[in-house]
Amino acid sequence: MEDIEHIEKEMKLINADGRRLDGRKADELRPVRIEAGVLRRADGSAYMEWGGNKVLAAVYGPREAHPRHLQDPARALVQCRYNMAPFSVSDRKRPGPDRRSVEISKVISEAFSAVVFKEQFPRTSVDIFIEVLQADAGTRCAGLTAASVALADAGVPMRDLVTSCASGKIDGVVCVDLNKEEDNFGDADCPMAIVPRTGEIVLLQMDGHLTYDEFQKAMEMSIAATHRLYELQRDALRRRYSTTLEDIMKESPPAPAAPMSESESPLPPEDDFGPEGI
Amino acid sequence: MQGSGSLRPIVIPGEAVGGPGLKPGPGTYSEGGQLFAAQLGIRNEHDGLVSVIPLKGRYIPQRGDAVIGEVTDLGASHWLVDINSPYPAPLHATESPWRVEFGDTSRYLKVGDVIMAHVLSVDEIKRVQLTMQEREARRLNGGMVMEISPTKVPRVIGKEGSMISLIKDLTHCQIYVGQNGRIWLDGNDQDTAIAARAIRLIEERAQAFGLTEVVRELIEGARRETRGPRPS
Repeated sequence: MEDIEHIEKEMKLINADGRRLDGRKADELRPVRIEAGVLRRADGSAYMEWGGNKVLAAVYGPREAHPRHLQDPARALVQCRYNMAPFSVSDRKRPGPDRRSVEISKVISEAFSAVVFKEQFPRTSVDIFIEVLQADAGTRCAGLTAASVALADAGVPMRDLVTSCASGKIDGVVCVDLNKEEDNFGDADCPMAIVPRTGEIVLLQMDGHLTYDEFQKAMEMSIAATHRLYELQRDALRRRYSTTLEDIMKESPPAPAAPMSESESPLPPEDDFGPEGI
Repeated sequence: MQGSGSLRPIVIPGEAVGGPGLKPGPGTYSEGGQLFAAQLGIRNEHDGLVSVIPLKGRYIPQRGDAVIGEVTDLGASHWLVDINSPYPAPLHATESPWRVEFGDTSRYLKVGDVIMAHVLSVDEIKRVQLTMQEREARRLNGGMVMEISPTKVPRVIGKEGSMISLIKDLTHCQIYVGQNGRIWLDGNDQDTAIAARAIRLIEERAQAFGLTEVVRELIEGARRETRGPRPS
C-alpha cells in the first residue's frame, strides 16, 4: 500500500511542456492502423492497431439466431462478444468471460443496435466477435471501432459507421486517448462512441470523476478524435476494395444491375421419378 | 482520374449518395431529404432512383427466386431445405412434383439430396416456402455444387443470361444458377473444372467490364491446353 502511495506521488504524467509520457500533446491520438477483410472464414472482419492495442474483429450474419427462443420476430438481434486473450495483459488474464468483458460486450452490442437496420432481417442475429490480442488501455474503443469496419465489410446494412474514442483526466488535465500508465495513474477515463454523421452518442461511460466543465471538454476532444478515426475507418474499407475500384476505372461503362433471367435452358427430364407428377 | 463515365467509386455506409429529388432504392436510406448509403457497395443511379449494389452480404429470399438447396431434414409431409440464407425453407409435399403419401417423404428426397426449387412465398417475418412446381425444378443428380457470394449472381448470369450461356456453350456443361449463390454444374470432369474456374473468375472480378471476353479467353485457353497433346 505504501509503495503505491509512493508511486502515485512520484508519477509525473505530464511534463513542463504539457507533453505526456509518450510525448503526445493533450489532444493527440496514438498511432492508428486499420485493416479490413483480414479473415477468410468470417463474413466481415477487421484488424486494428491503436498504440499498444491489437484487436481483431469478426462479424457473422445476419444468420439464424440460436437458441431459437432468443429470436425476435420483428427484428435482428445484434450480439457481441468482447474477449481478451490470456496473453493480452502482463499478468495472464484468466480465460473466459468475466464481469468486465460481459459488461463491455453488452454496451458494444447496444451501440451497434442503434445503427444496424435490424428490421430488414427479422428472426436473425448479427454476431460480432472482438478479440483483444494485446491491451494498452482503450480496448473497448479500439474493439468497437474495428468491429464497425468489420460490420461494413460483412455488407450488413447500417446507418453509418460507429467510431469510438476515450478521453480522461491525468494530473488534472483533460486529455484524449489515455494509454496504460495514464489510465492506471490518472484521475478519470471516459470512453464514448458516436455516429459521426449525425453526432449521435451510442456509448458513454465514465470511470473516475470529472467536473461538468471537464466533462464538456472531454466530450469535445473525443468527438474531434472520432472524426479523425472515421476517416481512417473509411480509408481501410476503400483500400480493401481498391482492386475492384481500379478494375472499374480501367474497364469502362456502368455495370447493369443485371436484369435477372432465370429461365435457364431447360434440361431433359432425367429425374428418377419422371414428369408424371401429380 | 480517367473518363468520368467509368469512375464508379465504392460507397461506405453513411456516405451521402444523393440529394432531394432522387428516390432511395435498395441499399440506401433517406434522412431529412438526403440519401445515404446503407451498405458497402457501388452507387448506381437509374431514372432518379439511387441504389447501392452491395459487394458482400447474405442471401435474403424473395418470391420467385430460383434457388439450389440441400435437404437437411424430413417431416411427415414436408422437407426442410437449406437454401444458404438465414432462414430455413420448408418444401411442403403438395408443392413437390410427386404424389407423396403422408409419412412417405423419404421415398422421394433424402437428407443430403440437392434440389432446384423456387421460392413460393416470403411473408413479413420472412417465413419462406419453397415450391417445385416450376418447369425447371428437379432433384439434381450427379454433378457438383459450388457456392459463390449471392451478390455476384447477377454477374455470373450476365445480361439476359449472356454470361452463363457462354460458359455452357464453351464447356458443354449443364449449369444451374440459384439466386442464393449456389451453382450446380454437370459435365465431364475437365469441362466442369474449367467452368468452375470461369465462375470463380467472374466472382473475383465481378465489377470489371469486358468480363465476357476475359471469360471466353480463359475457357478457350484452358480447353486448348487440356486437348493440346492430342492431334485433332
